[in-house]
Amino acid sequence: MLSGLAIAGGLLVITRRNAVHSALALIVTLLAVAGLYLMLYAPFVAGVQIIVYAGGIMVLFLFVIMLVSLERTVKERQFNRIWPIGLLASCALLALFFSVFEKGKKLFEDRLVPAPTESVNTQKIGEMLYGNYMFAFEIASLLLLVAILGAVIMAKKRI
Amino acid sequence: MLDQFMSYLGSTLTPGQANNQLWALIYVLIIFAGVSVAVMAMNWLERKALAHFQVRLGPMRVGPHGLLQPIADAVKLMIKEDIIPSEADKFVFWIAPLIGLLAAFTVYTVVPFGPSQAVSDMNIGILFMLGVSSLAVLGVVMAGWASNSHYPLIGALRSSAQMVSYEVAMGLAVVCAILMTSLHGLGLYGVSKLSDGTGTLSMIGIVQAQQEQHVWFLFKFFPLGLIAFVIFAIAMVAETNRAPFDLPEAESELTAGFHTEYSGLRWSLFMLAEYAAMIAVSSIAVTLWLGGWLRPFPNLLAGPTWDFIFALFPGLTFLGLGAIAFLGTVRMPKHPYFKIQTIGLAAFGVVLAGIGVLLLAIPIAAKVSNHDILNRSTEALMNVYWFVAKVAVFMYLYIWYRATWPRYRFDQLMKVGWKVMLPISLGVLILTAIVGVIL
Repeated sequence: MLSGLAIAGGLLVITRRNAVHSALALIVTLLAVAGLYLMLYAPFVAGVQIIVYAGGIMVLFLFVIMLVSLERTVKERQFNRIWPIGLLASCALLALFFSVFEKGKKLFEDRLVPAPTESVNTQKIGEMLYGNYMFAFEIASLLLLVAILGAVIMAKKRI
Repeated sequence: MLDQFMSYLGSTLTPGQANNQLWALIYVLIIFAGVSVAVMAMNWLERKALAHFQVRLGPMRVGPHGLLQPIADAVKLMIKEDIIPSEADKFVFWIAPLIGLLAAFTVYTVVPFGPSQAVSDMNIGILFMLGVSSLAVLGVVMAGWASNSHYPLIGALRSSAQMVSYEVAMGLAVVCAILMTSLHGLGLYGVSKLSDGTGTLSMIGIVQAQQEQHVWFLFKFFPLGLIAFVIFAIAMVAETNRAPFDLPEAESELTAGFHTEYSGLRWSLFMLAEYAAMIAVSSIAVTLWLGGWLRPFPNLLAGPTWDFIFALFPGLTFLGLGAIAFLGTVRMPKHPYFKIQTIGLAAFGVVLAGIGVLLLAIPIAAKVSNHDILNRSTEALMNVYWFVAKVAVFMYLYIWYRATWPRYRFDQLMKVGWKVMLPISLGVLILTAIVGVIL
């Protein structure tokens, strides 16, 4: 049911003319994905998904949509003259998904994720992030710092 | 269904842990009703308290001392005409107050009123609360956009920018409190040498950590807990768009900000969402720093006699309120036009005193007969009472802030949020971590 909701949300994102409606449908999709994370015994990832994605990034999307004037784009003609190639590309992607699904069937034989018996998801993520993947963590924070600096410099009047 | 009802009565788990849907639903309904009543009481208290701060009387006509004023307001809002601006986006206009309302009320699923009285005690309780209150920003943004008019749009953009900015400081202050759950030491500066560095994000776990460490996190590591609490208190006032941070809905600057074009029932949904969010973040603050449902000095003054003395407090509070109502009755003007109001106030006083007597009877009967159900209901009563009392103090503080302080201008607001609160909360976080490791 949650995956159906995510798919429906995704379809609504690409079919709406009004950009604000698309953003709302994307919020529905992200919340459905957070629910899927919960069902996979990863509550921390679900919580962070809601905070960061649905609460932060979508607010950013909505700001941009509102500050850019949209009346012109709503009345533009939709350009989908090359739909055969789009259909071919999506069929290839579907074939790829099916092959991944078939090959991965052996991993989850009874189609259920085993509940983790050791420690809690939050603690595991913390241990991994600050233990094994510390370098990647620092690089990611440096990347964010560069992005913030770029935004500040572009928004200043005089450097 | 009946066996689901009966099987939970003896358990000490939350309905979420006991996998009991019926009791979870019952808790949800009780919380919903309680919060709605609290919002109406808060509306009355705000008008009366603001009036008394401003040396005037406030609503006095509708009921005795204005007690029926919230009901009159609710009826008025429900029968008003529902106006939708002509060019407005109908779907988004309709859904915006609902999103705000959903975000405000969903927080109550993790709020603990007692060691097993929460709807469901998630492992990630605090994270859930932070996430859901960041969904409230979306409701504001959509309300401003859908109104298709410039005052709401500016109000919505300002309001959402303010809410997003103060969420950062709020999150960092919360992390500071969560750090203190992993210390396992006793007293103000206690860090146990046996602490294995595992804290907990669950709300019930946070209060139990305060009980185990014999100190409210407000006083832990003395200035640090206090500073973190003050930052959270300021950020929560800014987060709910209340004075002194209420420029987005200030009447003199922006007509009414993002909810200008909403009339009648939709506006009352926004008001409900705002007050419910206020109560929700106050209960978060109470849980994290003020010891949740713990009565004052649970470890220092332990033992059955002290428990009994503190268990008399709920009944005494209601008897005190009834006494105040009787005092008001005596002081009513002796004019025949006031007869109905006098009788009404006397009846209200009788009801309050009756509740007080009932709440006194439960612990006294529990002490006398030592019956199991009476003991457990005394405990539950005490937990809920102390929690609600602490949240009520926060509500009064909200009204006091509104009466006392002038509004921040928007650039001053953003400056305080980013240049003052964020560095201080980062500093408190780092200092807490250092002190926790050194000691």
